[in-house]
Amino acid sequence: MPVEVVIKALFILAVVIGAFAPILTWVERKQSAVMQDRIGANRADVAGIRILGLFHPVADVIKLMTKEDVVPQGANRVMHLMAPLIAAVPAVISYAVIPFGAVYTFGAREISLVVADPDWGLLYIFAIGSIATYGTIMAGWSSNNNWSMLGGLRASAQMISYEVTMGLSVVGVFMVFQTLKLSDMALAQDSTFRLLGFVDVLFGVPLPAWLDWLRLPHWGIFVQPLAFVMFLTAIMAENKRPPFDMPEGESEIVAGYHTEYSGMRFGLFFMSEFIEVIVIAGLVATLFLGGWAIPYLSQETIIGAISPVLGVGFATGACLVLHVLTFFLKVIAMIWLQMALRWSLPRFRYDQVMDLCWKVLLPLSIANVFVTGLVLLTIQGGSA
Amino acid sequence: MTASVVFFYAFAALAIVSALGMVLNVRNTVASALSLVVTMVALAGIYVLLEAHIVAVFQIMVYAGAIIVLFLFVVMLLNLRTDDFAPGRQKLVKLAAVVIALVVLAELLRLLTTGLPEAPPLPEGYGGYAQVGVALYTDYVLLVEVSGLLLLAAIVGGLILAKRRIG
Amino acid sequence: MIPLEHVIGLSAVLFVIGVLGVATRRNLIVILMSIELMLNAVNLAFVGFNRMWPVVAGEPRLDGQIFVLMVITVAAAEVAVGLGIVISLFRNRDSVDIEEVSLLKW
Repeated sequence: MPVEVVIKALFILAVVIGAFAPILTWVERKQSAVMQDRIGANRADVAGIRILGLFHPVADVIKLMTKEDVVPQGANRVMHLMAPLIAAVPAVISYAVIPFGAVYTFGAREISLVVADPDWGLLYIFAIGSIATYGTIMAGWSSNNNWSMLGGLRASAQMISYEVTMGLSVVGVFMVFQTLKLSDMALAQDSTFRLLGFVDVLFGVPLPAWLDWLRLPHWGIFVQPLAFVMFLTAIMAENKRPPFDMPEGESEIVAGYHTEYSGMRFGLFFMSEFIEVIVIAGLVATLFLGGWAIPYLSQETIIGAISPVLGVGFATGACLVLHVLTFFLKVIAMIWLQMALRWSLPRFRYDQVMDLCWKVLLPLSIANVFVTGLVLLTIQGGSA
Repeated sequence: MTASVVFFYAFAALAIVSALGMVLNVRNTVASALSLVVTMVALAGIYVLLEAHIVAVFQIMVYAGAIIVLFLFVVMLLNLRTDDFAPGRQKLVKLAAVVIALVVLAELLRLLTTGLPEAPPLPEGYGGYAQVGVALYTDYVLLVEVSGLLLLAAIVGGLILAKRRIG
Repeated sequence: MIPLEHVIGLSAVLFVIGVLGVATRRNLIVILMSIELMLNAVNLAFVGFNRMWPVVAGEPRLDGQIFVLMVITVAAAEVAVGLGIVISLFRNRDSVDIEEVSLLKW
């Protein structure tokens, strides 16, 4: 058992952090370039070979590692060192509960593609997210710099405000899928529901059979569209991602709370923001886009279709590969969406950010819970 | 020596060391607050070992993640760097407090040498969100409503106390 | 499993450390933090005792854990108001040293 956990953890570290995060820096440059009708960074080469600028992440890492680590005079050295670590570690360990695939039975063994699967998986992610606030606070305070402290205060106030909305907006999803366990939530999205099924319940008229084929996959985004929009907004604000990057204010308060960081410590802050982009993508994919589930093709359908031809073992293996690929495809789609939002929207002012959280998103999320409860009661009342 | 007992002693040692770090640290208020965070996370670990999962998650989300952040906000806003105050006049009182506290501790620890019975096995789903939710909304629904009112009063009170000028 | 007298002993030790903090420190914010430590110690005792008697008359009982949730709620309210008081005090006296706000002492 522990060996499996170690293998899965190493897979996450290698693929998500080792491969996705550096490529994300390249994606950010190239996507912004394409959106702004220019070429982007493409000069880094190895022995004269440039592959579209894919060596730039390598060049970035080399640059950051060889730069001098400056600690400002009068700064608290221990806190200055620990702040990037406390900002980076929660982003990495959030991936422990996100399922990459379903549970597959190979003869006598059952393999589940998630590192840890507690019953309260979703609450674990929120708890870890609230620890990440301390990295920002410590970075702002320990730099012995007015602008850093201001940026740190703003950033942490923004983060703790949006944590509340993040939690409330997924209560609707929790009510529909009846579980906090992320693997069960992905499993519940592996089916379809009739698009006009509400007619059946509300009006008591049974739906004609020829309308039964009009089905949508039981994804979170189709059963809770408002929650999708609110959650995406709240978690992008939590990550201090543009358009919510007032704390890092790249043109205003120098660089906010990481002004006094250089070299690999800044590299850790920089990387932790990109790792959190991947975490956001994975989380939104699991909660709202069906996780590893292929739309309209449930796991039994796939295994049932392939096994007469090539045997059950091979069918399960093929299903595993297909599910993992689907998950990564959805993650890439969400990453693209976040990058597109970053380069399309101008930065919000700080009071606009706070207004959005407390005056718009909070009442809307409570209303969403209320309406979801009403709808669920109607459906249950109709069928019970 | 099962794994959970080893973890318990590790978390207990961490909690005591960081609690002492918070109380004895005179020079740096922010470091005291961060030691308290370490204590709370260690206690959350112990709650998980005692099968109180929802309480553990709430401890980290609310206590370690929001209440201590509030402390740090106030420390940073008031720019309180050290505890280096002018020498006070109450040394005898403090000495008496330390002695009394140690006597009370010795008494409490002596009472525990009688030994408690072994912990019984747990029912299914104990400490999970389903049972806590049912308990909160059936047996303790009045408590939930009253705590909502209490939090509302605290919000209004905090706002008024911290404002510069009312109106 | 985990010997429960050790859990209660840890709770007692943390409580006494909190009391020492309240009695000996002069910084008002550290005193408030020591009060939080005492509340945490009490929470640990609640959860420990709840673990001892999880089933009463055939029904699983979560009274200790519910009480811990209420203690966390009350602690949040108390910290909000307490820090508001600290901020007002700092505005008037420009210090959070409790030796300087002892006008009502005998």
